[in-house]
Amino acid sequence: MKKLLFSLLAFLLLQTTAFAGSTLNGAGASFPYPVYSGWAFQYQKDLGIRVNYQSIGSGGGVRQISNRTVDFGASDAPVTPEKLHKKGLLQFPAIIGGVVPIVNIKGIGSGQLKLSAEVMARIFLGKINKWNDPEVVELNPGLKLPAADITVVHRSDGSGTTAIFTRYLTEVSKDWEKAAGAGKSVKWPVGIGGKGNEGVTNYVKRVKNSIGYVEFAYAKRNKLADVSLKNREGAYVNASFDSFKAAAAGAKWEQEKGYYLWLVNAPGKASWPIAGASFILLAKDKPEASRQAIKFYDWAFNNGDEMAIKLVYVPLPKSLKEDIRKYWKQNGL
Amino acid sequence: MASTIKREQTLDKLFSTITFSAAFLVLAIIVSIFASLFKESLTAIETFGFFGFISSTAWDPVREVFGAATTLYGTLVTTLLALALAIPVSLGIAVFLTELCPKFLKPIFGTAIELLAAIPSIIYGMWGLFTFAPLMGEYVEPLLQDIFGPIPIIGQLFSGVPLGIDILTTSIILSIMITPFIASIVRDTFNLTPVQLKESAYGIGATRWEVIKDVIIPHSKAGIFGSVIIAMGRALGETMAVAFVLGNKHAIATSLFDASATITVSLANEFTEADSDLYLSSLFYLALILLAMNFLLLAIAKTFLARKKKV
Amino acid sequence: MTEIAKRKIINTFALSLACAAAALGLFWLIFILADVLRHGIAFITPELFLNEAAPPGMEGGGLKHAFIGQLLITFFAVLIGIPLGILGGTYLAEYGRHPWLGRFISTLSDIMISVPSIVIGTFVYAIFVKPIGHFSGYAGALALAIIMIPVVLRTTEEMIALVPWEIREAAFALGAPYYKVILQVVYRGAATGIFTGILLAIARIAGETAPLLFTSFNNMFLTTNMNEPMPSLTVTIYQYAMGPYDDWHEMAWAASFVITLFILGLTILGRIIIRWKYKH
Repeated sequence: MKKLLFSLLAFLLLQTTAFAGSTLNGAGASFPYPVYSGWAFQYQKDLGIRVNYQSIGSGGGVRQISNRTVDFGASDAPVTPEKLHKKGLLQFPAIIGGVVPIVNIKGIGSGQLKLSAEVMARIFLGKINKWNDPEVVELNPGLKLPAADITVVHRSDGSGTTAIFTRYLTEVSKDWEKAAGAGKSVKWPVGIGGKGNEGVTNYVKRVKNSIGYVEFAYAKRNKLADVSLKNREGAYVNASFDSFKAAAAGAKWEQEKGYYLWLVNAPGKASWPIAGASFILLAKDKPEASRQAIKFYDWAFNNGDEMAIKLVYVPLPKSLKEDIRKYWKQNGL
Repeated sequence: MASTIKREQTLDKLFSTITFSAAFLVLAIIVSIFASLFKESLTAIETFGFFGFISSTAWDPVREVFGAATTLYGTLVTTLLALALAIPVSLGIAVFLTELCPKFLKPIFGTAIELLAAIPSIIYGMWGLFTFAPLMGEYVEPLLQDIFGPIPIIGQLFSGVPLGIDILTTSIILSIMITPFIASIVRDTFNLTPVQLKESAYGIGATRWEVIKDVIIPHSKAGIFGSVIIAMGRALGETMAVAFVLGNKHAIATSLFDASATITVSLANEFTEADSDLYLSSLFYLALILLAMNFLLLAIAKTFLARKKKV
Repeated sequence: MTEIAKRKIINTFALSLACAAAALGLFWLIFILADVLRHGIAFITPELFLNEAAPPGMEGGGLKHAFIGQLLITFFAVLIGIPLGILGGTYLAEYGRHPWLGRFISTLSDIMISVPSIVIGTFVYAIFVKPIGHFSGYAGALALAIIMIPVVLRTTEEMIALVPWEIREAAFALGAPYYKVILQVVYRGAATGIFTGILLAIARIAGETAPLLFTSFNNMFLTTNMNEPMPSLTVTIYQYAMGPYDDWHEMAWAASFVITLFILGLTILGRIIIRWKYKH
């Protein structure tokens, strides 16, 4: 009996340590989670290699790869070249998307509510706190806006989506810059915090007369009403594949800087003002893991465009993909 | 023969050493929890000090200024409110269980109350977010606002937009979670009241309630106090149930309908994400403060309960 | 109104309040359990247990990976926590009766039972995850084991203390050394009690989420390698419940149902055993 128990134990121990290294672990931004997990699912089906991507927020992505607790990190806020150097990291973009404000107001559908950058900043500052505030009504003459209090929903965790969104608000509003500034998590003047894009989506869905901001795929998949925004050229644009693509069109990516670049407030009449790329971070001193990671992204660059488009992400342009492949080679991967 | 005895003696010694090591491990674990949390928080301790940290309401990851005041405040407010709600109910349950419940129902009812304590906190969180918070936001809180809103000063407590994701909802859920802890300890101490005392009170014509109020409760004071503190420790450290329904906001709330944050929720939300050393160290510092508070409270409770046992 | 009538009214009123409090406690229990049952039972399907996670929006996902992960983490936690807890409890009850150290450790374990579980998570992160360099199932098991040790230790101590001293003396008289008396006589006498303690300790850790967040982390895939990040039911429930997708919510409810049933089942079983054994 005892022998049997021991051999069972030994077997279990063996079993539970046998497959070391067969899973590639990544963590970070929740912004690209739908597309990365979709790719991972397909990748496992095609090649049998498992890529476990956990959506824990961009701040976490940078932290975990800096501490080498994961094989690759992901962040929607590009890491500055200085910090990349200090932490021994490589960085490249993998997908482009857009952050969209979403609202839950009875009777208002997608793309119906129009906001300018200034008015949106004032809402998130708490200066405008009713939906029928004259400033909001002025931009939306045709809409019936309720006399209800606005509830702001923001992220509670370190988030690249927040970084993109606050970067935008900082660029367009002096008041915002003074009150909160830009960053992965900021000192929010008002509102409640949800964890991840998922948490914000969930709260906006549940709380009436709320406004939040999420990656577009989250808004679309959950049928939440997104807001039409006035861009740099003064034109109102709706969030869409085309407006994200237009925002990314003029981007100048620079390899030497580890592709450090923001896409917010981009020029062009058709450009969505809050677009952003999602970046992958690799550890220079873990070449084996990094090689596995680029193998996955190389596969995704070749096979993942269709799935990305279906989820309303913009795949990287061909030239950029080639450039990134060179970047990998240069760094010995 | 002599060698067998020797062998037995060695084995005896060995066994007692092994058991001693296992017991000693508890002490070692506690010491190393304190030590490692202290070591990890050192950066934050050096930067912000102690009083500076607990009195600062800043929580600004961009400028890297951190203070514990908002989360401490959220932790204490939700805990104290939960206690205020839970204590009368728990005492009522204990009275019911010891004095009123028909004998055949006692084990069933007692188990039912203990099951309430066994439900995992994540289930309280799920239920809180999907079922209870909408009910609060839709019906209960607007009603409270209508009743108390117009009253000056008290009205402030019920101001704001009732969302159901706020301090009040959290405190109610916490109170449900800690009720069984208080109730079962108090029930046990109630049962310890000497029968002679009760009998003599009945003998001079006291009603049941008077016996409870004047004999049983005074006799059980230490037990009640100890149980309340144990429940308080429980509420201070609760994470998952709170994470779902408190709204994670680092600010000093002035209304029951405001979102807030506790130490535990900040840890759950921000621990894997904090991207600078100072940020992470500040979170460890929060954990250390929570641990110290908890430890102190429990030590006090133990002293009280121990004193009770000696009497 | 006479003084006696007044006292009677107060008496009735106060006692009704006590009944109301009891009814309220019962109301919450039924409310929560019925809610979990109502939401969960519809989504208990074979796929839930047979399939692994699918990416959001894709049909046919299940939670097989989380069920197996949960079992493995719990199994290893039990493997570490139970022997240590039992041995420690043995010391306190048998060898450490008198010295102050024994009483001190006993009190300390009582306090340790109440240490917030998320603090244990941060501790294991600091001493295990960070030095080793990655999240792992072992780290999760270690965190749960640390939670378990004081629970098992205190129950063992109490259960062993219930074994009458005369039984030991009878064994001593036959010339048995102390360790044999403990192993063969004392443990036998306390077996049911210790077993119940173990059941309740497992019930306690099976529902823990907070200590797993920074230790075993999570995994989209089934893994039996404890050295990798490992999915657990509870962390998956948290992720899915906080997520925006309806099918995630459904699976979170189903998982909640299973875990609640398991834990309440264990708890009730434990109670029944205690009642049956110690009813004189």
